[in-house]
Parts: sequence; structure tokens; C-alpha cells
Amino acid sequence: MSDVTTPTEEWTKPLPTPDDVNRDYWQAGTEGRLLIQACPHCGHRQFYPRALCTSCAGEPEWLECTGRGTVHTFTIVRQMGMRAFRNELPYVVAMIELDEGPLIMGNVTDCDPESVRIGLPVEVHFINAADDVGVPMWRPVPAR
Amino acid sequence: MSWNRVAVVGAGLIKFGELFDQSYEQMAAGAFAAAVDSVDHGFEPSQVEAAFVATQRGTLWGQEGIGGNTVPSAIGLAGIPCTRIENACPSGSDAFRVGAMAVASGVHDVVLVIGVEKMRDKSAEEGLLARAAAGHPIFTRGETAPVLFAPFATRHMHEFGTTREMLASVAVKNHYNGARDPYAHFQSEITVEDVLASPSVCSPLHLLDCCPQTDGAAATLLVRADIAERFTDHPVYVAGFGVATDHPYLHEKSSFVGLKATQLAAERAYAMADVSPADIDCAEVHDCFTITEILDIEDLGFVDKGKGGVASLDGETSLTGRIPINTSGGLLAKGHPIGATGVAQLTECWWQLRGEAGDRQVELRHGNALQHNVGGRGSGVSVINILTTNQP
Ligand SMILES: [Zn+2]
Repeated sequence: MSDVTTPTEEWTKPLPTPDDVNRDYWQAGTEGRLLIQACPHCGHRQFYPRALCTSCAGEPEWLECTGRGTVHTFTIVRQMGMRAFRNELPYVVAMIELDEGPLIMGNVTDCDPESVRIGLPVEVHFINAADDVGVPMWRPVPAR
Repeated sequence: MSWNRVAVVGAGLIKFGELFDQSYEQMAAGAFAAAVDSVDHGFEPSQVEAAFVATQRGTLWGQEGIGGNTVPSAIGLAGIPCTRIENACPSGSDAFRVGAMAVASGVHDVVLVIGVEKMRDKSAEEGLLARAAAGHPIFTRGETAPVLFAPFATRHMHEFGTTREMLASVAVKNHYNGARDPYAHFQSEITVEDVLASPSVCSPLHLLDCCPQTDGAAATLLVRADIAERFTDHPVYVAGFGVATDHPYLHEKSSFVGLKATQLAAERAYAMADVSPADIDCAEVHDCFTITEILDIEDLGFVDKGKGGVASLDGETSLTGRIPINTSGGLLAKGHPIGATGVAQLTECWWQLRGEAGDRQVELRHGNALQHNVGGRGSGVSVINILTTNQP
């Protein structure tokens, strides 16, 4: 289980709307658990949640992740017109390579954006956008 | 593959820019008139049997969303069969491909392909960003258009030692070409220093690494090759095309140093046209950002993977280089009115192959030119058309 934060202010970014395919995924986020999908037919692992395996069109099952990964590539966003994001400039959008294989797109938080590098080890944490929606975020793994 | 050969006998566009004073329909009429005027032996608009209209963002703006319906009326051809084509940033190039197939199939002898796009009437926050907000909820992490390409630049620099100066050299070249293209949105030269000193947008991309938002329209006239001589003594033929899709979203890319959709589309286009990259005299490729052109010239086989930055800095892609790229100024200088972009690129290829590109004219050795777009939420679709002066 990873950290879950419930912000005091209203969520003004685009709010995900859970549907039949991704409801469990968003709910798991509120419990500090990151889910991806694994295909029992061909072994393919995928993110984001979809009705069908993108490799063989079989029906995928949930796989709970360790929540660890590394930065595969990233950008530091310095210009953004949408207010909810503009308030957070500069922020990092990164492709996180999960220990389980697939890439996931996310923000790297809790650090100086300039300190983010390819290969940086990160761990997931969650912010509750709504009662049933936990959004995954990423931060550098603390040095031991 | 058995198909009737297709000739391009007319092509034209309106001056790209911020066209607040022109309506969508007026822009369409302007591009159509330019294409009609370009036909050497004359062309009666009533000869158009069918039309394909490329407009990408119509669902945001209003009646452009039914451009297949409004454009024929706007150009005096109400009654003809007409269909709007949407396929992300390659909408215009895909409309051309569909128009070519309509002739190649034998169903129509004379087809109009027209691309029209208004990008500037709404603010960025209402337009592009509104679309970003409406994007896939799982990935809406503050994406902007540059976010869809900047991570490729970060990774390309990491793996191949590509530098910001190499990225900047793409913008410098395309603005140089744009300064020689009377239809370009931007018509002044810039320096590497200008690019490096422009504000950072999305690391490592700065403002002058990005294309502008531009209004524009362009049109081409396609006919069955065996009747081309009625219209011109200098026909340009459709040699082949290729289309490919990839998974749509950014994090689903199998590589951040190349675009699989472009690579697949290129394989198909070269095979259909029976040419290789070495047979291409010049190319108009998708340079929405400087890094995109570097990825393109590698994925299209003009340079080895990883060498796109060095090749750009060394001038290999300049007007007098080994493989001139984006002689029109590209999206970076000419502009990127999405539905019109591919059709305008094809117009530039048509001018080049006919020796009509003025100060931008390249040396013709093989008589082949290539046009390319890639786009979507994470470069999930690519379309390539190859034109030739070689008799099929
Ligand atoms: Zn499968």
C-alpha cells in the first residue's frame, strides 16, 4: 500500500469518470494500490485498463503492481494555458517504466523538476480526486 | 496490385496566416480557385465529379463539422458527392489518398481534394486545451501538444547525443525556406541563437522549436492518368501511398527515439511506389516540432537512426543538401492548419516536381517527391504519399 492524500481544496483538473472497465482501477487508487492488466491468454501486460488485450483481444485480468519504476523519458512543462495545471508550473510529465514492464504516463512530484533524470527510480503515491478516484503520482525513491 | 494510374493536374493554396477576416467557406473557395487556375490547359469547375474535404477539428468549431456538406455549396458545386475525412494531423494527406483511390478504382475520373482549417478563431484555452481537457482521463496529466513530442527529444538526446543546437538547426532551415515561400505564415529568417534564446515551452523544446497555430486551405485536382493530357503537358503522378496506425497514447509507444507508425507507413509507400529513400529528390515531412523532423528523416530512411540531428546541423536537409526537407518552410514556418497541411505539402511537392518552386527549387535527379504526416494523441497514425513525374 502506498501513500494516499486527500487534498483539502477542490479537484479542478479533468476528473476521470469511472466506467465498467476502469472502476476497479480508480477505486484501487483510493486504497493505495496500483493496478495494471495482464492477459491470461498471451501473457501481455498493459496499461491503461481496457476491455480487451491489445495484443490478442483476449479478456485481461488485474495485476497489482509494486508501485516502483524508473523514468524512461520526461519533459518539464513550463507553459500551460489551463488554469489547474498552470498553477503548478513548472511540472514534470514522465513516462515511468514499471518494474512489471509497461510504461505509464504520470507526474513526478515532491522534487525539483530540474533534478529529474532518465533512469531516476520512482515510487507511486496517490491523490484522491474524488471518493472513488485515486490518481497515481510519482516521486523519487528516498535514499536509504 | 492493379489500379488505374492517377495524375495530379492542379494544385494551389491560399496564403497561410491568421485569417480572422476569412470564413471557413471563403478559405475553401480561395484554395479551389487557386487549384483551378493552376491547370495548364484550363479547367471548368463543373468537371469535378466528387470531392473529399479534410478538416480535422470541425467538431469543435461548428459547421466545419459537416464540411462534406458545406464545402461543395461554398465552391459552387452543390450536388456533387463529397465526404469529410478526419484522420488526426494526417487528415489532409489521408483525404488525398482517399481521393486518389476514388480515381484509381475507376469510380471517378476527376476528383477534388481540399483541406481547410481554422485554428485561430478560438483562443488556445477554448481550442487545443479544451480538447486536452476532454482527453483520456487516465492520461490527462497536464499534456499539451509539445508534451506529445518533447519526451522524444529528451530520449533522443540521451541515446544519441543530439543537442539543442541540432534541434535548432531544423527551425533555422525551415524558416530560411519559409522566407522564400510567399504562402508561408512566417517569412523571416532566424538564427540558432534566436531559437536557443526563445522561451522554454516544454524541455528541451523552446518556442521556436514549435510550429505556430495557423489558418489555411489548399486543394489538388486528381484525374485518371490516361486523360491527364487534356489538362496539362506536365502531369505529376501518384506513385504510391502508405498508411499505418500505432497504439494511440504516448505511454504506449514501443520507442521514444522513433515513430512506429511512420516506419510502417514508409515501408508500405516505398513498396507500392517501388522506390527507395535514395530515389526521393525532396520531401515535405511533419515538423510540428524540430524533434519531429529529426525522427521523420530517420524513420523515412533518409538518414540512419540517431543521425538526424547531425545531418540537420550539417546541412544535408537544406535546399542544396543531399535530401532537401520541407522546402516550403514546413509546419514550423509555413504553418499547420491541420486539415490543409497535408494538401499544402502535396502542392509544394507538385511545384517542385514541375520545376515551379522558384527560389526554393531543388535539383531533380529521380523525379520523385515524398509527403508525410504523423499525428494523433501520441503519434498513433501516419500517412505518406509519393508523387512522381515518371510515366507509370
Ligand atoms: Zn493477450
